Amino acid sequence: MSAPLSADSRPALVAHARLQRDTARERWVVQAPERLFVLDEVAHAVLSRCSGTASVAQIAAELGAEFDAPVEEIRGDVLALLQDLADKGIVRDQPA
Amino acid sequence: MAGSTTQVEPPLALLAELTHRCPLRCPYCSNPTALEGRSAELPTEAWLDVMAQAGRLGALQVHISGGEPAARRDLEALVQGARAAGLYTNLITSGLLLDRARLQRLKDAGLDHVQLSVQDSEPVGADRIAGLDGAHARKLEIAAAVRATGLPLTLNAVVHRRNIAHVPDLIALALTLDAARLEVAHAQYYGWGLANRAALMPTRAQLEAATAEVDAARARLKGRLVIDYVTPDYYARRPKACMGGWARRFMVVAPDGAILPCHAARTIPGLEFPNVRSTTLADAWSHGDAFVRFRGTDWMQEPCRSCDRREVDWGGCRCQALAIAGDADAVDPACALSPLHEALVALAERESAGAPPPYRYRGSDA
Repeated sequence: MSAPLSADSRPALVAHARLQRDTARERWVVQAPERLFVLDEVAHAVLSRCSGTASVAQIAAELGAEFDAPVEEIRGDVLALLQDLADKGIVRDQPA
Repeated sequence: MAGSTTQVEPPLALLAELTHRCPLRCPYCSNPTALEGRSAELPTEAWLDVMAQAGRLGALQVHISGGEPAARRDLEALVQGARAAGLYTNLITSGLLLDRARLQRLKDAGLDHVQLSVQDSEPVGADRIAGLDGAHARKLEIAAAVRATGLPLTLNAVVHRRNIAHVPDLIALALTLDAARLEVAHAQYYGWGLANRAALMPTRAQLEAATAEVDAARARLKGRLVIDYVTPDYYARRPKACMGGWARRFMVVAPDGAILPCHAARTIPGLEFPNVRSTTLADAWSHGDAFVRFRGTDWMQEPCRSCDRREVDWGGCRCQALAIAGDADAVDPACALSPLHEALVALAERESAGAPPPYRYRGSDA
């Protein structure tokens, strides 16, 4: 098992995952072989920031400002979402 | 969304079977037993139009398959066309006709992902079932070339009675080859697989051991290797939702341009299949007889019709219902509610306990 993500992790989509607008169904999705992850507004806001340069803490701070919500709460939600996607092999921690 | 009951959700994925030509002769090949030759294949422009239509229709992924899709010299152009249509482009290949230079050209054309088959974890068994000496060693080279090119890799292994004990070795091989995903798929018994069933069928004990290995590896390798597992449904209690339900998620275009709800659908007599030479994908999907025939739940008989899983497994597999029950409208005999289920399990137990007959290899290309 790979190391769990932390607030200092710099998450990125893995090479075989693609964030894409599904225009026919008016939604955002992440595509991977034989897999399709349908994103809600929050998940899209998180994943569109997963460039491998921004840390989880920075992403949470940005989202806190955008959605006008307490950063500590958001950080936990963001981390849980990204850890779930990491476990599914869609997100990885960009090595420093 | 007008709320109309005739509104049909568009397909999520297109399976593009470019060709039936293949250097391998695997006795569980998913191609039909009557193989199309090169002269029947769609030309490049027709395939490019299919890709563009699929994108407009709302498909998000294309699985470029065969036969061996690299037997088509226009593969690079077709990958480029698929990406231009917005499709996530997955190449399903034996690897044998690829090399580093061609992989680079495919990557440059926009290929997203390579799914490479291996027939076993070691060369003797692998080459025996592939029907080609040296195939396994060549595949290992190609896997390395895929990763050297920077393309992501899935390893696909069909398992059966003679390699099922090697599941731990296949998992180790996937890690060694730096695959991000491993598909362990039990042989499916339609077409060639049905003709070779006794040579392929594992015992229940073999199946349970393999399933336990996969479960343990999934937990151990979480976040490192994704393992997809396709079970053999003769031993199951409930059928699989074949193709995610008939004409719900997938559409298939065969080498000759026939538009199918499933790659084995042509085994069902009495269905008419539209062809891309004369029908659009959109029209085939919404109105084609073969698509409408088993879509949803209206066609179902009992026990499916009143079953609370009817929208979970969609009645299982129509081709298997035909092959075993002799009736494509019947419940899939893989379901324990089928009157034929006990006989099916007994058949699997009997065939897997006996000495394996020789393989009936897939016919060579026309």
